[in-house]
Amino acid sequence: MGTIQPKVAEPSDETALVHAAKAGDISAFEELVKRYDRNVFRIAQHITQNREDAEDVVQDAFLKAFQNLANFQEQSKFYTWLVRIAVNEALMRLRRRRPERMVSLDEDIKTEEDSMPREVADWAPSPEQLYTQGELKEILGKTIQGLPPSFRTVFVLRDVEGLSTEETADALDLSIPAVKSRLLRARLQLRERLSKYFKNRTGGDGKK
Amino acid sequence: MTCSDFLQELTDYLDGAIDTQTRAELEDHLQWCHNCYVVCNTTKMTIEIYRDSKLYELPEDLRDRLQAAILSKCKSHKNGCAETPVRRRSSRSKS
Repeated sequence: MGTIQPKVAEPSDETALVHAAKAGDISAFEELVKRYDRNVFRIAQHITQNREDAEDVVQDAFLKAFQNLANFQEQSKFYTWLVRIAVNEALMRLRRRRPERMVSLDEDIKTEEDSMPREVADWAPSPEQLYTQGELKEILGKTIQGLPPSFRTVFVLRDVEGLSTEETADALDLSIPAVKSRLLRARLQLRERLSKYFKNRTGGDGKK
Repeated sequence: MTCSDFLQELTDYLDGAIDTQTRAELEDHLQWCHNCYVVCNTTKMTIEIYRDSKLYELPEDLRDRLQAAILSKCKSHKNGCAETPVRRRSSRSKS
């Protein structure tokens, strides 16, 4: 069984762009915005689950990054630093929207039991054969919304955006074991929930 | 190796972040444990389907608008001006 490959590569000229932006070159910063705005939007939308909040997070995260470029020590990649700012902005908006619920990356929810596999039927035919693209997006969106924000954030950074475990830990201020533990539980919980839609139903039509 | 041991190593196994001996033990377990094989396979599919789904892609028109807003704010900041709030599209503004 093959492994999952990361999808983000580090552009070689990024350091030069960051240095130019630090010196006040707006067009260099514009290049950084163009490079990462899609990623920041995806992360923000995954965390906040709200389109307007995600738009605001994109604007505020890049503005904060610009305002604080002088403080960026370049001990991590620019992107990891930007993600850290964006995640904080997104969590802040989530807290505002759901003041009745504590939203924290430190929460370690429930016991290991919530991740124990119960559905053990294989997925066949493939989800793409069972559902249209629109239906699939709805299922995936609904399913990931059900995860606690702390799990959702780790899953999005690691598996959707392709950050390494170390980069994710750095961006979220978590230990590496905490990232790994949350990632495992996020993956297993998503798998469990998706299995309800995608599991092999011999003799059935496959759809709910 | 028990199924519980297998699950603990699943993330590192799928990420390829595992030593040769542990990998061999996990793959030996997969040979005879159908449940773990299915869990492993469907977890891998879960990751792939989210990675490929293009869920929450940024539409180009919104992207242009956001980029313009960001750069305008950055220029205002650089020039020492107060930041001007960015107006949302009228269809989304509250009445």
